[in-house]
Amino acid sequence: MMKEISLHILDAAENSLRAGAHLISILVWVDEKNDRLTTIITDDGVGMIEEVLLRVTDPFFTTRTTRGVGLGIPFFRYATEIAGGSFSICSEPGKGTKVEAFFSLSHIDRMPLGDINSTIETLILCHPDKDFFYTYRYNESSFELDTRSFRSILLDIPLYEPEISTFIKEYLRENKSEIDGDATI
Amino acid sequence: MKTLEELKEIRDKMQSQVSMRKEDHARTRILVGMATCGIASGARPVLQTLSNLVQEHHMTDRFTVIQTGCNGLCQYEPIVEILEPGKEKIIYVKMTPEKAEEVFQEHFVKGQVLEHYTLASADAQ
Repeated sequence: MMKEISLHILDAAENSLRAGAHLISILVWVDEKNDRLTTIITDDGVGMIEEVLLRVTDPFFTTRTTRGVGLGIPFFRYATEIAGGSFSICSEPGKGTKVEAFFSLSHIDRMPLGDINSTIETLILCHPDKDFFYTYRYNESSFELDTRSFRSILLDIPLYEPEISTFIKEYLRENKSEIDGDATI
Repeated sequence: MKTLEELKEIRDKMQSQVSMRKEDHARTRILVGMATCGIASGARPVLQTLSNLVQEHHMTDRFTVIQTGCNGLCQYEPIVEILEPGKEKIIYVKMTPEKAEEVFQEHFVKGQVLEHYTLASADAQ
């Protein structure tokens, strides 16, 4: 079982990568006024046909051959449902997949968001050939990290070069902290 | 607020340095299992520890940290596989950030395999 929502986000993004996605968009939105925490992961991967889509929240369904169970999506869904939220996944073959998880922010059983910066950092630095568009929104303020705009500045310098990866880490840390004042979420 | 202006400055500084990268086939690849089983058992901090250490010690020209999927050994996660060209694959199991740091110091820096953390030794028990 995952201990943080940010680990579920990482797990969902790993699914997108395995689906051959080139661009993965991740939104994390903390909305205190409406007591809601929203996370949306959208990819441009191969997508799923309806028959598969209907079964992805079934723990005994997986497309893997290395093991017979697939717990990632069922766990993610369960995490939302025990916390007064909801979960949805829509997909279209050839277009991509969108995973939406809504949590009731103040619900006692909502797991913490956790180290979301580590999730984003890990995804970007270990997949230098993929693009990520991350938006972190805290009430009315937000910031974005779009690897496409990073790349247009860096040209042939890879994102995993130490100077750049340090910049990415600081960019995430400083901007998040400025927006949410390091609130415990 | 950090902005992309700063990134431009970094780029300008870096472009003046000619990068000497080793060819990919000469590098050691470090594979960290990042499927649901790996992530749930704590693979993210293990991966971060390894990639931070490789960067801090300026060893990115010799080691590449890569994510991989699940190979069916879920009970042994987090798993770290070391693929060094010309050598047998080493599989470290049940990793933690602390063990990963040890692997870095002993294996990556000194070339000494930590047998007691490997799959072979876990299987023997």
